[in-house]
Amino acid sequence: MDESVVDDAGMNEVGMGEGARYVDGNAAAGAFAEAFGTEVSASTLTCAGCGRAGRFADRHVYDRGPGMVARCPYCGEVNVHLVRTPTDVWLDLRGSSSWRIPLSG
Amino acid sequence: MGIVTRGFRGRRDPSAEKLPPGQYLTREFPVLSAGPTPDIPLDQWRFTIRTEDGAERSWTWRELLDLPSEQPTVDIHCVTKWSKLATRWEGVSVDTLLADVSTSARYALAHSYGGYSTNLPLADLRDGKAWIAYRYDGRDLPGEHGGPARLLVPHLYFWKSAKWVSGIELRADDTPGFWENLGYHNYGDPWREQRYTGD
Amino acid sequence: MAQRRRWLPARVTDIHTETPTTRSVVFEAPGWGGHLAGQHVDVKLIAEDGYSAERSYSMAAPEDGDRVALTVQRVRDGEVSPYLVDEMMPGDEVELRGPIGGWFVWRPEEPGPVLLVAGGSGVVPLMAMVRERARVGSAVPFRLVYSVRSADDAFYGEELSRLTGEGNGDGDGNGLGVTLLYTRSAPPGTTRPVGRITADDLSDAGWPPDAGSRAYVCGPTAFVEAVAGLLQQLGHDPSTIRTERFGPTGG
Repeated sequence: MDESVVDDAGMNEVGMGEGARYVDGNAAAGAFAEAFGTEVSASTLTCAGCGRAGRFADRHVYDRGPGMVARCPYCGEVNVHLVRTPTDVWLDLRGSSSWRIPLSG
Repeated sequence: MGIVTRGFRGRRDPSAEKLPPGQYLTREFPVLSAGPTPDIPLDQWRFTIRTEDGAERSWTWRELLDLPSEQPTVDIHCVTKWSKLATRWEGVSVDTLLADVSTSARYALAHSYGGYSTNLPLADLRDGKAWIAYRYDGRDLPGEHGGPARLLVPHLYFWKSAKWVSGIELRADDTPGFWENLGYHNYGDPWREQRYTGD
Repeated sequence: MAQRRRWLPARVTDIHTETPTTRSVVFEAPGWGGHLAGQHVDVKLIAEDGYSAERSYSMAAPEDGDRVALTVQRVRDGEVSPYLVDEMMPGDEVELRGPIGGWFVWRPEEPGPVLLVAGGSGVVPLMAMVRERARVGSAVPFRLVYSVRSADDAFYGEELSRLTGEGNGDGDGNGLGVTLLYTRSAPPGTTRPVGRITADDLSDAGWPPDAGSRAYVCGPTAFVEAVAGLLQQLGHDPSTIRTERFGPTGG
């Protein structure tokens, strides 16, 4: 761990990993909630690349591009790819073999 | 449009002129990417053109650097609405790379290390409109901006200028790339504001 | 809880300076209707010509009707945070979307002691949990380990002192323990040498692995990953550790 990185603690926008240009799934959950109509950060994805399951909250989300790309934290596979245009949300879920979303209770 | 926040301007330059519609000027060079910066050892780097017949022509890093280079100064326009004027690059014209390639393909699909792709008409890569760029602003192109080498096609939105480019596939048919497949415009002319499918 | 995903207009009602680079801003967003401690909210600012920017911020306080409290630190060369920290005034309007996040949250009905580990402004969602505990009068034991560069960089100092009952002599801090770790300069009388967080810090100030505790870790990526690793070294099960990464962004 680089001391300078730790010392730069302080910026409190959610979820940006410095060096790496990604955020946690937590930070991207707003856009996905809009698309799905439900909260997804506690949901569990199974990666179509490596087969490992994990929380959406732990995805590495690249959100500073033309859309949002949620990658598997283990193998880097693109699990979810989302684009929001002025009229539609486009989703590509080919990188997820399953998505388990808890029903809100 | 929603509620206007008093006094908020964003990171923009009010003197913006000569910009495509909907763009704002930035003096910085924002880093946008859809994935981690790939680590590509130069001794393993290859750039490959594959034709519609499956014929391949490949260049090593050293072979690329040995080709005649050009130093274009161009304006770039990102679909996320920033534009940056007079950016200085160095690289090899795609014309040079295509000189000995025999093809009747009409379309190109650029591929990148890391899995990214973007499509464009082959004509948009010819006639001095596109480069494989390996230096930016007098220095080796940093990894975060697409180094060791990226495609540079400045007359289209900048997502067409694939970072970490690994090759170009010449095709008889048009196949949408990473963003074109998901709501972004197939061609992406910033002056016609072709941001999204249907624009 | 009802899901709310529409952008809601919100008006600034209160601003409080935490440090020279950090302010807490309270918005009133009619129709908001509450949230969980640890959740965050998307903030949208729109310029007069229609240009807009969105950022996601953790909320600093638990639910309080239509009120939404943020604590924002200025990101150098940022786009949104300098406006929020330096220019925004009571009465100004933004749009909010949320609440967002169902994972990095603490609910008062959850049993078992809680360890909160904050790096810098990663303390913000953890403070929402501390405040939620106080709001509902929970007796769940909380321990907050808060890593900062120096005493001047710490947020919420007076409130944390008050909540722990510091100075009333009962010694148990009302079930809330707060440990500050200084990475660059420490106030006089501090015995711990300055430096980054260690396994000893976490075992001294945290809970033993058999206490049935849950840990919430928030800070820059490197900090979060280091702390999560140290907790596992100490014997904590990874399933008991929840993390959220903060860091510099386009601001």
